[in-house]
Amino acid sequence: MTERDPEQMNVAPGEPHDSMLSETISYVIGLGLALLLTGISFWVASTTTLWGPGVATGLVVLAIAQMGVHLVFFLHITSGPDNTNNVLALAFGVLIVFLVMVGTIWIMAHMNANMAPPPDLMNLHNQRG
Amino acid sequence: MSTVSETPAIGLTHHGSEDTGLGHRGPESKSIVVPYGFWLFVLSDMVLFSALFATYASLVNATDGGPTTNQLFDRNLVAIETIALLISSFVCGLAMIAAKRKNMLWTQVWLLVTGLLGFVFLSIELFEFAKMINEGAPPQRSAFLSAFFTLVGCHGAHVTAGLLWLGTMMAQIWAKGFRQDITRRLLCFSVFWHALDIIWVAIFTIVYLIGTLP
Repeated sequence: MTERDPEQMNVAPGEPHDSMLSETISYVIGLGLALLLTGISFWVASTTTLWGPGVATGLVVLAIAQMGVHLVFFLHITSGPDNTNNVLALAFGVLIVFLVMVGTIWIMAHMNANMAPPPDLMNLHNQRG
Repeated sequence: MSTVSETPAIGLTHHGSEDTGLGHRGPESKSIVVPYGFWLFVLSDMVLFSALFATYASLVNATDGGPTTNQLFDRNLVAIETIALLISSFVCGLAMIAAKRKNMLWTQVWLLVTGLLGFVFLSIELFEFAKMINEGAPPQRSAFLSAFFTLVGCHGAHVTAGLLWLGTMMAQIWAKGFRQDITRRLLCFSVFWHALDIIWVAIFTIVYLIGTLP
């Protein structure tokens, strides 16, 4: 496959190329994006110009985006047919991680809220059917 | 490649036919199967970390009157750690590019840089741990600190294991050359090292940045 081959331009992002230059460029792009997202994360956490309560959510979104960059440009997870098994395993892993984290945080937060109700809430007359 | 008539399969069984359904005949080569198996291990490792993250998130406010996240964490140190590990991951990729072309010198040089940056990361982390313990924030101080040292310490233990593995790989490449089995091991190492950086992204966001919001 030559450098000018149009197939070269058709590969999914992160797909290993045959030429050393394009392989290196793929890693450089990944490093650039990761540095950019890391920089934005630290900036978002330090600035006061953004709406305070939304900052934590924004940081989580930035982290997930950076994980995606690492998966595509460093681990070469692609949408190509030879990667189907890896992608499906990843999807299952993400499902389990999501269930464990969201499930635990959700349940534990509610248990905390229900653990020690103030005395007036114990009065059944205050509760609506 | 011509398509062959597919025998009905139940689950993962292919009933005598060696058709994998992907247009290939027979089992995949080791260069596919070994990284895939290692990828499954890495994903299970991420599931392990998700449990530690869930524990940390549940206990982060259980400080028992002791030091809180805002008093303990230093963002500048974390920024240096983050950059060191990220560039280490990048250089590991460069080492893989050199190894693919069986270039001994650059493979060893990039692997050495990978290891040195990993060592910088680990040193800063141990310095931070020692500082916290001296400041009266050891793991036994509160549930929050137990969860913190478990989560971040588990990542640090992975990095330590990765550094030992890295040294072993450098010696094996040096002594045995770019044999196929050695190259496969090196590929698995690079997957491990990149995965550690992915987990660190979650740690510096959830533990350090969200923990030091004003």
